[in-house]
Amino acid sequence: MMNQNRVALATTFVRVVVLGVYVLIPYSRSVVSPISVLRRRKCYSPFTRRLLSAIPPAPICLESMAEEAVLGYLEKNEEISDSGKFAEEKGINHDEIVNIIKSLNGFRLVDAQDIKKERWVLTPEGDLYAKYGSPEVLLFSAVPPEGITREELQEKLKSSIYKIGSTQAIKNKWIEMGKSQVSRKVQQVDDKVRSLLIQIQNGEVVSSEDIDALKRRKLISSQIWKGYSVKKGPKYAPKRKKVATDLTRENLQRGDWKELEFKEYNFLAKGQPTEGGCLHPLLKVRRQIQMIFLQMGFEEMPTNNFVESSFWNFDALFQPQQHPARDSHDTFFLKEPSTTRRLPEDYVERVKRVHESGGYGSRGYGYEWKREEANKNLLRTHTTAVSSRMLYALAQGPFAPKRYYSIDRVFRNEAVDRTHLAEFHQIEGLICDRGLTLGHLIGVLHDFFSRLGMSKLKFKPAYNPYTEPSMEIFSYHEGLQKWVEIGNSGMFRPEMLLPMGLPEDVQVIAWGLSLERPTMILYGIDNIRDLFGHKVDLSLIKRNPVCRLGL
Amino acid sequence: MPTVSVGRDRLFQALGRTYSEEEFEDLCFKFGIELDDVTTEKAIIRKEKHLEEEEPSEDEEVIYKIEVPANRYDLLCLEGLAQALRIFNGLDPIPTYNVARINKESMLKMHVKAETTKIRPYVVCAVLRGVTFDEARYNSFIDLQDRLHQNICRRRTLVAIGTHDLDTIEGPFTYEALPPPEINFVPLKQTKNFRADELMEFYKSDLKLKKYLHIIENSPVFPVIYDRNRTILSLPPIINGAHSAISLKTKNVFIECTATDLTKANIVLNTTVTMFSVYCERKFEVEPVQVIYPDGKSYICPDLSLYQMVVPLSYITSAVGVPLPAHEVARLLNKMQLYAKHSVSEKNETSFTISVPPTRSDILHPCDVAEDVAIAYGYNEIPKIKFPSLKPQSLNQFSELIRAEIAMVGYTEVLTWILCSYKENFTMLNRKDDKSTAAINGNPRSADFEVVRTSLMPGILKTVGHNKDHPKPIKIFEVGDVVLLNETKDVGASNRRHLAALYCGATSGFELIHGLVDRIMEVTGAPFVSPGDNTGYYIQSSDEPEFLAGRQASIIYKGKQIGTFGIVHPQVLDNFDIPDPCSFVEVNIESFL
Repeated sequence: MMNQNRVALATTFVRVVVLGVYVLIPYSRSVVSPISVLRRRKCYSPFTRRLLSAIPPAPICLESMAEEAVLGYLEKNEEISDSGKFAEEKGINHDEIVNIIKSLNGFRLVDAQDIKKERWVLTPEGDLYAKYGSPEVLLFSAVPPEGITREELQEKLKSSIYKIGSTQAIKNKWIEMGKSQVSRKVQQVDDKVRSLLIQIQNGEVVSSEDIDALKRRKLISSQIWKGYSVKKGPKYAPKRKKVATDLTRENLQRGDWKELEFKEYNFLAKGQPTEGGCLHPLLKVRRQIQMIFLQMGFEEMPTNNFVESSFWNFDALFQPQQHPARDSHDTFFLKEPSTTRRLPEDYVERVKRVHESGGYGSRGYGYEWKREEANKNLLRTHTTAVSSRMLYALAQGPFAPKRYYSIDRVFRNEAVDRTHLAEFHQIEGLICDRGLTLGHLIGVLHDFFSRLGMSKLKFKPAYNPYTEPSMEIFSYHEGLQKWVEIGNSGMFRPEMLLPMGLPEDVQVIAWGLSLERPTMILYGIDNIRDLFGHKVDLSLIKRNPVCRLGL
Repeated sequence: MPTVSVGRDRLFQALGRTYSEEEFEDLCFKFGIELDDVTTEKAIIRKEKHLEEEEPSEDEEVIYKIEVPANRYDLLCLEGLAQALRIFNGLDPIPTYNVARINKESMLKMHVKAETTKIRPYVVCAVLRGVTFDEARYNSFIDLQDRLHQNICRRRTLVAIGTHDLDTIEGPFTYEALPPPEINFVPLKQTKNFRADELMEFYKSDLKLKKYLHIIENSPVFPVIYDRNRTILSLPPIINGAHSAISLKTKNVFIECTATDLTKANIVLNTTVTMFSVYCERKFEVEPVQVIYPDGKSYICPDLSLYQMVVPLSYITSAVGVPLPAHEVARLLNKMQLYAKHSVSEKNETSFTISVPPTRSDILHPCDVAEDVAIAYGYNEIPKIKFPSLKPQSLNQFSELIRAEIAMVGYTEVLTWILCSYKENFTMLNRKDDKSTAAINGNPRSADFEVVRTSLMPGILKTVGHNKDHPKPIKIFEVGDVVLLNETKDVGASNRRHLAALYCGATSGFELIHGLVDRIMEVTGAPFVSPGDNTGYYIQSSDEPEFLAGRQASIIYKGKQIGTFGIVHPQVLDNFDIPDPCSFVEVNIESFL
C-alpha cells in the first residue's frame, strides 16, 4: 500500500511538469485598487520551478516506460484497440498507461477514444461461494442418505449456511424437510452456482438468465471499466521532445536546448513580484521639494527641535497672547518641561514693548504682555518658530541676504479626521533681503509652485498676525475643475523684524504649505490617515510610483 | 477665521444690486473674504439635527456664510459687510462718525467702584439714540454681540457686552463688585428673582451660559452694574437683567462693555456703536458716557477719533511693487475706508497722512496701509518679479529616481563603456547590421572601440562573462545612453537613455525579469492594461534574434514598443562565454518623460 501511494503522489507531481510553466496560483494582496485586483487575479506562483527540482527520478522512469510502450507500439501498429489488454500484454499497470495516454493526448501526440465496458464482479458473498461452494450444496452434502434430524443438521452447519442452504435446497427439490427429519430427494447434485461464479471471476461469458439469478442473490454486481483505444495523433512522434519549463544550466551544458519545447507564456499574467524595499511616498515628495528649494537657491534651516517656547513660536512673531491659536484647543502645551529656561532678555524686552505699546511705526496691541505666557513650552505649531530663531540670529551680525527653507513636523491639538492630523509636515520658504515687494513674492511663488506642477495661481487677501500684506495661494486643479487653497504667504511685519535688530529697509517674504496636501492631490489620496501614521496601507507605500515633482 | 451668516437677498439689497454666485465669489476673493457656504435656515437646522438632506423649497431664504479675516471686527455683521463692500465698489463715501456734543452735566455717568479691580476692572459705555429696529436689524444687533463675544472678546473673558433699553433705567450707573449673596435680580429670560450665587448654580445646566461661569465663579466678588434705583442692568460677563432688556420697540440703547483688556473693550464698543449708528435718528452719531474711576480719573467714551498715521508714498509703492502715482494711491485707500491726504516735503518726498476710522482697529502700522493699497489695486494685477533660479535636467533627474528604485529591488548597478567592438554590438548578439542604427568609429585604436553601442546588452553580457566566479544569481543593471543614427539631428545621430537589467542563475529567471519589468512600469506610474489598450502597458511576444525563440516579449507602453525582455539566446551566451542561463531586459526610458 505504502509503495503504491508514493507512486501515485509522484504521478501528480509529474503532471505539473507536463502541464507547463505558468500554473496560475492566486497571489494574495490586501489592496482594493483596480491595479491590485488585476494583479491578484493574474499572478502565478513563483515556486513552481522549485517543486520541479524536488521530483524523485524513479517515477519518471515508470512513466517513460509506459510512454515508450505506447509510442513505440503505435510506430508499428495502427491502433491500440484496448488499453486494458495492452497493459496486460506489456505487463504495465493499467493506471500508468491511462495517465500517459491522457498526457500524450493533451499534447496531441496520440488520439485517444474512451472505451467503457460493463462487467460483473463477485460480491464478498459470491467470492466466498466461489471458494467454498454454495450453501445449498454444503447443506445437501451434510445430509446423509439415511436422513438426519433437524437439530443434528443445524448443529453440523453455520446458521447462515443452514438458513440459506435449506431454502435453496428445498427450492431445488433436493431435500425434504419433515417435522423432525431431513432427507434427500435426489442422490447427487451439481454446484452450478459455484461454477457460474468461477466462470464470471475468469471473465467468461454466462447466460443472462444465470446473471439475473446471481444478481438476485446479490452474489455479483456490475462494474464500469474505463480504458482507451489509441491511434497516432496529429503531432505523433515515436519519442516525445522534452517539454521544458525553463532554460537551465544543464540544458546549456548538455547542449540539448535546441531540442527543448516550451509551453507558451501567458503574458496576460504579471511577472513574479520583485522583492525589495520601498520609500515612503510623503518623504519621496519631500525629497523632490528639497531639490526644488536647492535649485531656487534656498538653504535648509535646522528644524530638529520639536519642543519650543511660546516666545519663539508666537511672541517673536508678533502674535498677541490672547490670540486663539494660543488656546489649549489648538496648541499642545507641555507639562514637562513646562517652561523655557533662557530667552535673550534684551530682545524679549523689545518684543514686550512692541506688543504692549508698539514702536517702529506701530500702535501695538495695547495689552499687558505677560512673561509667563511667553515662557510656556509647547510643541511647535509651525516651523515659522525656527524661522524666527534664524532671522534673530541673522540680525545679530552684519546683514547678508538669505534664502531659507525647511520641511519638518509641526503639531496641532486637533481632532484627527480625513483631512486633519495632530501632526503634519510644514513646508516653509523665506527670502530675507532689501527691496523685496509683493511682486517678488508673487514671482517666487509662481516659480516654486509651477515646479510642483501648479502653474495657474491666484492670490486672495488674508489675515495672519505676523505677515502684512498676507496672501492665500490658490491653484486651479484641472482634475477637480476648481480653485483649491494650497498655501499661505506674506511679508513679515516690521513689528516682528525690527525688534530682532534687522535693518529697517530689509523685508522678508515667506510662504508655507503642508507637505501632505500636495502629496494627497498628487497621488489621489483622500484620507490623510492612509498616507501618514500607523494606519497606513503598506501596499500603498509599495506600489507608489517615483515622485517626479520638479523634474 | 470667523464666519458671518447673512441673508443673501438682504445683503444684495444693501449692496444695491444682485450678483450671481460666481460674481459674488469673485468680489469676495478680491476683497479678501470668502463665500464659504450657501445654505438656508432650514438646512442649517437639518444639519445640526443630523437629518437627511432635502431639496430646499423655493421660498426659503438663502443664507450666505461668509468667512472674514479674524482682525476685521467691522465685518462681523451685515451692516459692516455691506458698508465695506459698497465703499470698495466706490458707491459710498467713507462715513464720518460723530460723538454727540452734549455738556458734561447732562452726560450719562458710570461710576466704577474700587472692588471691580479684583475681578474685571474696566468698563466703557455709549448710547445710541433714536434707533429704529426691525426684526432683521434687531437680530443682526444680537448676532454681532455674539460674534464679538466669540472672537475678540475670547468667549467673554476679555470683554462682555451688555445692551439695555435706556428708557427702562436711569443714570447715573454704578459698576460694582459685590459678594454674590448680596446680588439679587431677575435675569434675562427668567421671571423669578435669583441670588447671584444661586443663579450660578442654576446656569450650570444651561448649555449656552455654563461655559462662561468659570470667568467669575471662584471670585469672592461678582461684577454687577446698577442704575440709580439699584436696578441691576447686568451681571457681567454672564447675563443681563430682565428689566432693561431691549426689544424691537427699543428706541434708546445703552451699551456697556466690561473688560479685563481696555483696548479690546474700546474696539468692541466702537464696533458695536459704529455699525448700528446707521439706524440712529442722527445717522452715525453716538452719545457719549462719562466713566469715572474711584481714583477720580474720568474718561469720555466712545473715542471715535481718527487715528493719524504718516506713510511715505515710496513705502507703499515699494511694498506693493508697483509704481503708483499719489492720487491713485489715495483713491485706492479711500476704497478701503482710509482717508488719505498727501503732502510733498521739502526733499520732494510725497507722504500721506492717513486717517484711520474707528472701524479699522486692524490698522496698526504703515504695512497695513500698504496691504490695503495692494488689495484695492488687486493682488492678481501685480506683475511678478522673477528671481534667478536653476532648472534641472528632467532626463537626468528621472534617471536618478529610476536607478534608486532598481537598486532597491536588489539589482547592483554596473557602469560599462559606451564603446564596444563591432562584433559585440552585432554578430555576437545574433544581430545583423542593417547600417541604419550604429555610429561607427573611423579610427579605433583597438577593436574594443569600433562602435558606439546601440544597446546596453554587450556591456552587461561582458560584465557577466568576466564574473563567472561570482555567486549566483547575478542581478545587475545599468542606466545609460546609447547612440542611434538620427536623420533629424544636425549631426545625424543622437543619444537615447536606456535601462537594462540582467538575471543570471541556475535557471533563466525569466519571471524575475518579467517581474522587474512590472516594477519599472509601476514606479513610473504606468498601469497594466489589456493588449491594445493605449492608456498603460502590456506585454506581447516578440521575435528578436538575441533572445531564445518563444522565450521573449516586447513591452508596449501607450501603444509604442519601448523595450524587450527574454531569455538570452544560448548562442549569444556562448559568444560571451557565459555558462549559465540569463534573462535580460532593455527599455528606452525617455518614453516615460
